[in-house]
Amino acid sequence: MQARVKALETVLTEKGLIDPAAIDAIVETYETKIGPRNGAHVVAKAWSDPAFAEWLKSDATEAIASLGYTGRQGEHMRAVFNTPKTHNLVVCTLCSCYPWSVLGLPPVWYKAPAYRSRAVIDPRGVLAEFGLTLPAEKKIRVWDSTAELRYLVIPERPVGTEGLSEQQLAGLVSRDAMIGTAIASAPGAGA
Amino acid sequence: MNGPHDLGGQMGFGLVAPEKDEPYFHDEWEKRALGLTLSCGAFGAWTIDESRHARENIPPADYLSTSYYEIWMRALEVLLDRHGFATAAEIDVGHKQTAGAVPKRVLKADMVANVLARGGPCDRPVERAARFAVGEKVRTKNFNPQTHTRLPRYARAKNGVVEAVQGSFVFPDDNAHGKGENPQWVYTVVFDGREIWGEGADPSLTVSIDAWESYLEPL
Repeated sequence: MQARVKALETVLTEKGLIDPAAIDAIVETYETKIGPRNGAHVVAKAWSDPAFAEWLKSDATEAIASLGYTGRQGEHMRAVFNTPKTHNLVVCTLCSCYPWSVLGLPPVWYKAPAYRSRAVIDPRGVLAEFGLTLPAEKKIRVWDSTAELRYLVIPERPVGTEGLSEQQLAGLVSRDAMIGTAIASAPGAGA
Repeated sequence: MNGPHDLGGQMGFGLVAPEKDEPYFHDEWEKRALGLTLSCGAFGAWTIDESRHARENIPPADYLSTSYYEIWMRALEVLLDRHGFATAAEIDVGHKQTAGAVPKRVLKADMVANVLARGGPCDRPVERAARFAVGEKVRTKNFNPQTHTRLPRYARAKNGVVEAVQGSFVFPDDNAHGKGENPQWVYTVVFDGREIWGEGADPSLTVSIDAWESYLEPL
């Protein structure tokens, strides 16, 4: 595959259709600038600022843009909030739709058939494979990203986090918690 | 279309395999594949819907045995050939043979930050009012088009409830095939797990999709 991709890049460069430095810039952006810490910031702010949480519920695109997170695969955002009664899980059964602007590029498992096929029919089994066992009485809501809306799960705020700063709170939020395959970490446990 | 991409509810793919501290890329070529796909998308010659359709047209046995970025590259080669930018023969040889088509724009390095930050919003105004209201019961259509659609197979001919009216967006079933954007209303429709999966379904499960208006009928 390396050779085929190199050949394609050479052909397009010779034709003046691409700028290899632009490809470098794209890769650098997603390797170093746009990743799950954007989303963790959104979650921590939602936990510590009720007005922001309400804004997220009513217009996630604008609320998230107010923190500077906009753009490709985050043009239309929706935030879904975990509650004591309901756990949210996000999938794209048809391809790999994912909120790049807040979580960066999706992991391989999110794009792979095992997750895409089973998240909608056996979410509890899938969650168990991530080490997450939810109480039987907790309802599971699966969001299949079939249109251009991109979903961000806002996990429940862990107990014992009163008085933590926004930055400390963000440290409790893993990427998987914002997809719904994990929950936020307890203080001291690390994300 | 009923392609290999439409995976919801299929069985036999084994366990999910989360990878500890997974890197964004597992090989150098994957980085170039991402950058090439985004750079060529900037030509303005095809839409995201057409590129999704190119990926779902990969034969099932190939699609399911191919890594994700390889699927992207196979589809990109199809799109570049279809729109006259590069032929399979050129890629086989690894050099330019003909001038080829001229794109609307070429993505240069100094444009990348702005282009990524702007993205490609696909909400579009429509003049008619939304046909369905929040709380209304609806049924998804039963169809099996050979063309592109974003109504998954598992959610066809099912009864659900409109939970939200999300606005109006470009209609992928038309846009993928050069028939124009033809925007229409999109609704979040929620289904009981038992409505979709029937006997033995997890009673605590609900599943929602985002459905374009023409996927829905009043119940």
